[in-house]
Amino acid sequence: MDSLKKLESQSVYILREAYRNFKSLCMLWSIGKDSTVLLWLARKAFFGHVPVPLVHIDTHYKIPEMIAYRDRLAREWRLNMIYGENTAALAKKATFPDGAVDRLQCCKHLKSEALRHTLSGEWPRYRMDHASGRYEPDTDQAPYTGVIVGVRADEEGSRSKERYFSPRDKYSEWNVSDQPPEFWNQFKTDFAPGTHVRIHPLLDWTELNIWEYIEREKIPMSSLYFDQGSGKRYRSLGCYPCTAPVDSTAKTPADIIEELKTGKFTNIAERAGRAQDKEDAGGLETLRQEGYM
Amino acid sequence: MHREHMTVVIVGHVDHGKSTVIGRLLADTGSLPEGKLDQVKATCARNAKPFEYAFLLDALKDERSQGITIDAARCFFKTARRDYIILDAPGHIEFLKNMVTGASRAEVAILVIDAKQGVQENTRRHGMVVSMIGVKRILVLVNKMDLVGYDQAAFERVSNAFRAFLKEIDIEPIAFIPVSAFQGDNLISTSQRMPWYQGRPFLGELDLIPVKEQPANLPLRFPVQDIYKFTENGDERRIIAGTLATGTARAGDPVVFYPSGKRSTIRSVEEFNTPPRQDAASGEAIGFTLTDELYLRPGEIMTRQDARPPRTATQFKANIFWVGRTPFVKDKTYKLKIGTAQSPVKLVDILRIIDAQDLSSAVRQDSINRHDVATCVLEVTRPIAYDLAQDIEALSRFVIVDHFEIAGGGIIIDELRPDASTLEQHVTNREKRWVHGLVLPAERAAAYRHKGQFIIVTGNSAEKNGAVARLLERSLFDNGRKAYYLNTANLTCGLTDGSTDVADAREEEIRVLGELGRVLTDAGHIVVTDLNHYDAYDIARLKTFVHPFEVLVVGLGASAPETTLSLNDAMSPGDTAAVICQWLRDMDILPDYSL
Repeated sequence: MDSLKKLESQSVYILREAYRNFKSLCMLWSIGKDSTVLLWLARKAFFGHVPVPLVHIDTHYKIPEMIAYRDRLAREWRLNMIYGENTAALAKKATFPDGAVDRLQCCKHLKSEALRHTLSGEWPRYRMDHASGRYEPDTDQAPYTGVIVGVRADEEGSRSKERYFSPRDKYSEWNVSDQPPEFWNQFKTDFAPGTHVRIHPLLDWTELNIWEYIEREKIPMSSLYFDQGSGKRYRSLGCYPCTAPVDSTAKTPADIIEELKTGKFTNIAERAGRAQDKEDAGGLETLRQEGYM
Repeated sequence: MHREHMTVVIVGHVDHGKSTVIGRLLADTGSLPEGKLDQVKATCARNAKPFEYAFLLDALKDERSQGITIDAARCFFKTARRDYIILDAPGHIEFLKNMVTGASRAEVAILVIDAKQGVQENTRRHGMVVSMIGVKRILVLVNKMDLVGYDQAAFERVSNAFRAFLKEIDIEPIAFIPVSAFQGDNLISTSQRMPWYQGRPFLGELDLIPVKEQPANLPLRFPVQDIYKFTENGDERRIIAGTLATGTARAGDPVVFYPSGKRSTIRSVEEFNTPPRQDAASGEAIGFTLTDELYLRPGEIMTRQDARPPRTATQFKANIFWVGRTPFVKDKTYKLKIGTAQSPVKLVDILRIIDAQDLSSAVRQDSINRHDVATCVLEVTRPIAYDLAQDIEALSRFVIVDHFEIAGGGIIIDELRPDASTLEQHVTNREKRWVHGLVLPAERAAAYRHKGQFIIVTGNSAEKNGAVARLLERSLFDNGRKAYYLNTANLTCGLTDGSTDVADAREEEIRVLGELGRVLTDAGHIVVTDLNHYDAYDIARLKTFVHPFEVLVVGLGASAPETTLSLNDAMSPGDTAAVICQWLRDMDILPDYSL
């Protein structure tokens, strides 16, 4: 077994453990490469099916291609596709840059808060109706007790402290200093009422692994990741006011793998194009403790 | 195409120099972000503080918001041979659970000992726990050799003391290496300051350790993780999903599941987005379909019918380490998780608590406290399938959950056969106290021309089992036998109280069926019942309950365990009942009228 196959097997094992142990389970799909690989791994784990709802937090500032790509795959793969949003903050324009808040506040409103209340079922969820192809208010508002998330340990400092199965309290808070032990593929699958568990099947993957796997499995990716002739492409996808493309002429996953291997981006962080990370030291860890993915 | 990877955990007593070793490795293998080293050195100079390599780790921690892909908990470095991930396990005792979490993902452990301070409590404790968690390959770095004047005698004193300790717990380290991480001696290259040391420097030794391969020739062990039947888009497959722990499996293999004892044959190997395949190897997360629609529960272990089976038992001896907030005590029910199986478990006895101070057996305690390492006896309610640590270690590993948290882990080292089970004792007492009437059993058998009998009809189709059992009653009755069809659903209408949870409900159903079977067979009846989804353990219990009368198990199809008579399940219910009647006559269980 090569290292990519080992990573795949471990992720599949984790997904199946999650599916078996959590009655109310969902998977967060940010449309980015990591969570799309995660979605593909779910199809691996469940033999072509995706038996859990996919939840997307729509900030309504996403690059429009992202939403088109989301809905195209949702229809093709018959996904149980759900989105949630912070309707009040959007209405009040408590957003960046068109409102009176900074980037981190905007992230907090449109992502952390929207995520927390969508997961808990307090705010409306919208589900794709495959008959009409439109999103309709979801009748199921039960809280999700297991949430599968595509974070990787190598992305940035705080994520390297995560477990595969990581508990969150009822305010979605993460206690970094006191995490459960986890060994021999035995995870924290028992949890007290009112709490939920974040499940991280991609923890051991690196950015390079992700692209190697996309290449091997021929996973369809958003075109934003590839240079369309302008000499620029996105390395990480997010909201358009805060995400900038990088200079690169990579047009295929193979080109990107080559780029990563030859060290074009050595010592340049993957999220370097994400402006909100730079607002304050440790900002992302603070966001994550509050429930940001 | 892919470079080799190896994950290494670094452990040892607090302040023995783990961070310095890692800092030095990152710096000297060029694995630090550009300018980092100079920057930290400059900061030290500015604050009039001597530079230490351990500061590099702190500096990296502070950089997290800039997204540098290194963290104190995991460091990445490369050699010409392979890519390494180093997991930095905290040396402080309070973080034993984090150490264990890190160590369980590692292939090799590096144990750092301070040459001056020598072997300390956590050096020993980490040695024991790392070994128990399954990391058998240990490199020992005797660090801070600069503080003992690079003295060979000091190195040997520490090495010998620790080697003696490791020998007692059956560990043979790969090497002892005298190093000074602070000065950079013997880490990357051979130091001139210790000419008496003939071995390789640390990195050279590490590069020579082969990546762990699954031992070949182990029997198939496939813990069933789940059973899927996703019907969307007309998918008809019923897939047994899991990851092969050991061995290989191929389509057409006759297989058996433990602890249930159910049998079938692999029909196909299933995987998404790969060309059709016929076999699967250890480590693969995969799926199988079977030729029979077996009712299986997650947690069973599939093996080949011709392979050495795993063990099944309710009591076993285990080595455990405890990281729970509250002690592990007797008379309390915990949850055991082993492989993909879960079961209630109790601590029955504590045989030995190892004292990390001097390895002697401590005074007998009646609880296992946080950070203790102990040998104990555990008991589960229903048998679990497992292997002993010395046979297949991966199948011997379990964790214990206390109040939603994993509180301990261990390996099974021996199985125990309880003298007489509680059930057997109950039956012995029951038979002693049984009050008979004036009609002797032999008189009753002569009058009825048969003895009391308990017949179970079982197979994959509940509907068919019931039809055959009813027709068998009819046919026996029409032939003048005292036959009675007993449906288990009737038991829950009054005999059981229906208040028990699902796991217990089955235990209770078997108990009531068995006790009732004892009465009806004593009354001379041929009791016919149909049972679905039972396993070898249920049959064993029924036989004990119905004692002294006999239980016959008629299996329809080849998958049922513990059958007395196995029949082809393609026959009609009527024909099947006729064949069973004929068999009962042939076996002289029902002597013929004509005789």
